[in-house]
Amino acid sequence: MSPAKSTSATARSVTTAHSVVEPSSRSKRIAATLVIVYAVVTMIPLVWIFLTSIKSPPDSISYPPKILFTPSIEGYCNLFTTRTRQTPEYIASLPEPEGVCDAVTRERNMVIAGPSNFLPRFANSLIIAFGSTFLAVGLGTLAAYGFSRFKVPLADDLLFFILSTRMMPPIAVAIPIYLMYRQLGLSDTALGMMLLYTAVNVSLAVWLLKGFIDEIPREYEEAAMIDGYSRLQAFRKVVLPQATTGIAATAIFCLIFAWNEYAFASLLTSGSAQTAPPFIPTIIGEGGQDWPAVAAGTTIFLVPILVFTILLRKQLLRGITFGAVRK
Amino acid sequence: MAEIRVAHLRKAFGAFVAVQDSSFTVADGEFLALLGPSGCGKTTTLRMIAGLELPTGGTIRLGGEDVTYKRASERDIAFVFQLFALYPHMNVRRNIGFPLLAQGVPRAEIRKRVEETARLLQIDHILDRPVSGLAGGDRQRVALGRAIVRRPMCFLMDEPLGTLDAEFREVMVRELRELHNRIRATTVYVTHDQIEAMAMADKIAVMNHGIIEQFGTPQEIYDRPASMYVADFIGSPPMNFIRFTAGLPKGARAARIGAAEVEMPEIRADVAPGELALGVRPEHVRFAEASPLRGAIYGSEYLGTNQIVTVETEGGLVRARLPADHSYAIGEPVGLTFKSERLSLFEARSGRAIPSALHEGALDREVRHG
Ligand SMILES: Nc1ncnc2c1ncn2[C@@H]1O[C@H](COP(=O)(O)OP(=O)(O)O)[C@@H](O)[C@H]1O
Ligand SMILES: [Mg+2]
Repeated sequence: MSPAKSTSATARSVTTAHSVVEPSSRSKRIAATLVIVYAVVTMIPLVWIFLTSIKSPPDSISYPPKILFTPSIEGYCNLFTTRTRQTPEYIASLPEPEGVCDAVTRERNMVIAGPSNFLPRFANSLIIAFGSTFLAVGLGTLAAYGFSRFKVPLADDLLFFILSTRMMPPIAVAIPIYLMYRQLGLSDTALGMMLLYTAVNVSLAVWLLKGFIDEIPREYEEAAMIDGYSRLQAFRKVVLPQATTGIAATAIFCLIFAWNEYAFASLLTSGSAQTAPPFIPTIIGEGGQDWPAVAAGTTIFLVPILVFTILLRKQLLRGITFGAVRK
Repeated sequence: MAEIRVAHLRKAFGAFVAVQDSSFTVADGEFLALLGPSGCGKTTTLRMIAGLELPTGGTIRLGGEDVTYKRASERDIAFVFQLFALYPHMNVRRNIGFPLLAQGVPRAEIRKRVEETARLLQIDHILDRPVSGLAGGDRQRVALGRAIVRRPMCFLMDEPLGTLDAEFREVMVRELRELHNRIRATTVYVTHDQIEAMAMADKIAVMNHGIIEQFGTPQEIYDRPASMYVADFIGSPPMNFIRFTAGLPKGARAARIGAAEVEMPEIRADVAPGELALGVRPEHVRFAEASPLRGAIYGSEYLGTNQIVTVETEGGLVRARLPADHSYAIGEPVGLTFKSERLSLFEARSGRAIPSALHEGALDREVRHG
């Protein structure tokens, strides 16, 4: 921050009209406009999904689409419950509704039959995505450190080979994996999905992290080893703290992949290990075109990534302090 | 503290030999400068002593113990890197205390010793600062602090002043030597700067292409260079070489160069006829009208208290360090004489010094000029 400020200050004092160092205020304005336009364009679908999630089902399919409407919690109620249709007489005979959702459901001549599968599916997604991210980043960091610091025979070929696991589209390898998983009893298990996502992500993690670790001078570890630490201790106390930026960035990429993955999940999971992405579209089939429920599921689905990214923002933006080594 | 004894040390990287057959001993409490041009194998030698690189052959003993194949962490040495290598995620205090933490020293004791060390290096006022904002000299002191806080058997330093600017380097050279005088730790100091080496070291090892060309005190290296390489590397301007062809019998005290008979220290071996080089330090050259060794003024450099005058002779250019009170015209003919008891004689082809009375310690350790 401060170097940028001082540069602009000097630049301005030297030349008031045009500066070679600083972009002109006009091009800055153009850049800002482009960024805002791009942000709006990408945000519109998200905003629309959120708005749909708080519409009532009739409002959600009205044409022309409603911009102004009375917010309704029905989508969220439908997302978390299963309902059965009843006669108005039966509903009238019931005692007072317990809670908002009960009341909203009864207005549609239905009663809540029980919780939906959304929460367990969402939990599957959390376990599988965070678990595989943890494994991929952990293994990736160790492998990247190895590739970066030791003479690994055929290192270049190995790195290429690792990357090649990502060259085929998932659908091309899905059938062999499906057959393999059936043999191994890994079909429709959280462990199976975690291993699969780890395998896919570890290649990305190794490549990304190798770049970050290559940037950390070896002298740090050597200094630590001379100071009396073992290589593993030096790795933990000196390399890891300096690789946090890289690790955070890698973790976010891995998490986003594992969280959003649809193809493998829909082919390999159907029951107990199903993740949220293949589950959310199935909501639509339960009792009419329930767009608010789908939108509610999608909105909730976005939250963990958002929170994770915001939590790691500091690490991502901090940048690596090379100050102590470089002149 | 301890002695470092290196014997027949060798390091090859594939087919390339970075260090060949190095042997030297650094006595307890001594300061050795490993001096040589960039790429001659100084860092590699130091890294082998530290345990960061495994030798291809030879042995390293620290305080009598063979540590050749021991890990760096088991050697009880401290290393100051060329780039300082301060841990950027720790502040000054934690950087200095880090080696003590590895030894499991209790916190209160760490605190005490870090503060002691900081006072010794006069950095106690920056103990709680992050290292990233420090000036070059302070970083250097923190790196030194991290090295001395442990009181290791010996210090290894790899061009620790290389990144500092010239002015500050002089200050640090003095500080480092004073520090050494106070703590008397066995030290190996790598540098390519002969002035640093001369100013600080008790002993200097001059390296070239992985070979130690000469090992000795700064005076020995300056006054009695073992090879033309050493003579040329040390001194500024370096030693003059006057090339001539002759054969000399053992006991000869003079040689014929052109028309002149030049006296020199008594030769201690028969020298077969061949090309020889007479080595003369610029401060041992004088002008004398009557001398049969003739030349013409080629140029001069004014240095304040004295001047370097370059003379063109039949045997090549000769530089003389002369008082600055007289100026010479270019092309002016002059006669040259040399301070005969200080001359070196080399075999030009091998570059080796020919043994003479000069090498017998006949010379008292005079203060060097310049
Ligand atoms: N790890 C290595 N692999 C291959 N060659 C190396 C390695 N380390 C050093 N060298 C080579 O060995 C020679 C000596 O290097 P070094 O000891 O760093 O020289 P100095 O410190 O005297 O400048 C150089 O030519 C360098 O290229
Ligand atoms: Mg070096």
